[in-house]
Amino acid sequence: MQPSNGRSPGAEDDPENSPEHREEHGAPARDVTYEDPWYDALASGWGEVDGTGRPAPAVPSARQEVSAAAMRARDVYAEVQRSPAFQEVRGRYRRFVVPGVIAFFLWYVGYVVTATTAPGFMARPVAGAVNVGMVAGLGQFLSTFLLTWAYSRHARLRRDRPALELRWETQELTRGVRGGAS
Amino acid sequence: MRDGHQTLALLLFSCFVAVTLGITTWVSRRRHGSAEEFYAGGRLFSPMENGFAIAGDYMSAASFLGITGLIALYGYDGLLYVVGFFVAWLVVLFLVAELVRNCGRFTLADVVAARMSERPVRIAAGTSSVTVSVLYLVAQMVGAGSLMALLLGRTGGAAQAWTVIGVGALMVVYVSLGGMRATTWIQIVKAVLLMSGTIALTVLVLIRFHGDFGRLLLTAAERSGQGKAFLAPGLKYGGNWTARLDFISLGLALVLGTAGLPHILSRFYTVPTARAARRSTVWSIGLIGGFYLMTIVLGFGAAAVVGTDAVRESNEAGNTAMPLLALDLGGGAGSTGGTVLFAVVAAVAFATILAVVAGITLASSASVAHDLYASLRRPRRKAHSEVAVARFAAAGIGVVAIALGLLARDLNVAFLVGLAFAVAASANLPVLLYSLFWRGFTTRGAVWAVYGGLIPALGLVLLSPVVSGSPGSLFPGVDFQYFPLQNPGIVSIPLGFLAGWLGTVTSDEVADEARYAETEVRSLTGAGAV
Repeated sequence: MQPSNGRSPGAEDDPENSPEHREEHGAPARDVTYEDPWYDALASGWGEVDGTGRPAPAVPSARQEVSAAAMRARDVYAEVQRSPAFQEVRGRYRRFVVPGVIAFFLWYVGYVVTATTAPGFMARPVAGAVNVGMVAGLGQFLSTFLLTWAYSRHARLRRDRPALELRWETQELTRGVRGGAS
Repeated sequence: MRDGHQTLALLLFSCFVAVTLGITTWVSRRRHGSAEEFYAGGRLFSPMENGFAIAGDYMSAASFLGITGLIALYGYDGLLYVVGFFVAWLVVLFLVAELVRNCGRFTLADVVAARMSERPVRIAAGTSSVTVSVLYLVAQMVGAGSLMALLLGRTGGAAQAWTVIGVGALMVVYVSLGGMRATTWIQIVKAVLLMSGTIALTVLVLIRFHGDFGRLLLTAAERSGQGKAFLAPGLKYGGNWTARLDFISLGLALVLGTAGLPHILSRFYTVPTARAARRSTVWSIGLIGGFYLMTIVLGFGAAAVVGTDAVRESNEAGNTAMPLLALDLGGGAGSTGGTVLFAVVAAVAFATILAVVAGITLASSASVAHDLYASLRRPRRKAHSEVAVARFAAAGIGVVAIALGLLARDLNVAFLVGLAFAVAASANLPVLLYSLFWRGFTTRGAVWAVYGGLIPALGLVLLSPVVSGSPGSLFPGVDFQYFPLQNPGIVSIPLGFLAGWLGTVTSDEVADEARYAETEVRSLTGAGAV
């Protein structure tokens, strides 16, 4: 699953091939702090994006270098966003969530509005002590349980695997771009 | 109430306090003082543990005692509340849980600030998070005070004040010493206690009626003095159109507010991945759904066994329906079974309040230290460690909550909870959804969305009958009431969304495509998530 249709955005300065690039582009994590909270280094030093726990090396670096490296790291995300694999994952998420949210929200609002404006209808008996209102109220519970089950099943079967692959791929790419910094 | 109850109840409270303090000490024994550990418990909880903790955070004393009381007094209209509290979890599961886990680090502001100019957004989101937390906290403190006074049979103001102070002191100890890890374990213990207590009482009620739910409903209707009307909506919110609109407003606030509650959002950061966040939400939906279904049985059970008039006689708001039901199910006043069950219910209620209060304090101290302090401190002054600030913030919030809890002693608890939900839905939800899903959203839009929801929500309450102009209001003497509803949600939630849209379309700033791409890719794949 190539997010960039064969061309890796990190290819220009692959740290594997050019260790000196690592030195050059390596430092920015601390300096980017002002622009991007995702990359800020906390006092405790755990805040590294890739989870390796290594603090960013404090190599002094020109400002241009910094923003150039940061820009390329951002390009990775734009690249992944455009990739068909990501579009597919996003499409699957939205195609499930949007109708789902509309459905349960309308069903809930309809229930509350009916209960407050038409109590007579809600009081209509169905069987024994159970009336329409009781059935609708328990129906809300039932639909919530069902939608929860459907959502987690859909996510597990249709989204989890491609999303995980995209995750590793994206992290590989950003690591490549930002070199030793991450 | 008799002495036997009180002694046993106090003994059980002490056990709970001892156990939770033990947990706090044990957990804080080997701590490293990192922010990740303090705010997120090291992110190593399992989905099941976190599911129990979320359920523990959410099922407050307002649900345990308040809702059974409402059902016992008003029948079906109490059930309407329960449905709103529960359906809200679908919003959390579908739109928030996984995405927030992937994008953020500790607080709501993390998610928004990642795309925007950081300082103004953090200040705005931090302010609204702290406001929501303090409102919710005051509701719990007021509830704790009146409840304990009631359950212990000491209706004097001193007992109430000391309960508020005691609860406040305990929560500061839990949070500042134990951080998220201790708070989470306290939630888990509390959730297990609450679920077991509720299951036991529900089984006893069902046994009493030989498992026939229809007969339970009919008996409840009969003993309520309302007949069939007890089983249909309209007893509480069926009056004039203002009252009906008020309930619709409350319903909207309930269903949309949960996804904006800071202490619920911060729970998703305690698990390692988005998948774990989803599974913990599923666990909590199962637990909360089961719990609310049982409160329905217990509410109608209280009406059927104790009788609506007896409940109302004991407490006007119905808060004692559950303990009275326990007393009756155990064999009546004076019997051993009744005493034990009553004490258990009282102890569970106390545990519930303590745990919920600790969770909210932790979330708001995170907002103060991580969002407000980090943005507002003067750059040249020496930076303190964020965790140290958070510990102090917890103590400060504890003091504020105690003070407000003592001041607001006579306010209605359900109203305060409804208000906290309304503010969360108006100020926090629009900005969160816009930043996750709207490509063109800008910094100005984010700031406007927060203040455009927060200010109307609070302002409308100031102008509502709760504050002035009616006999039951805070200041009955003066009249500056211009807004007829008690809950501002129906106006302020759309205003929050509108303000966010308006701020975005009027700003010159062009939304940063690359940063939106980053948010979107991160939110759905978990790339780069901490």
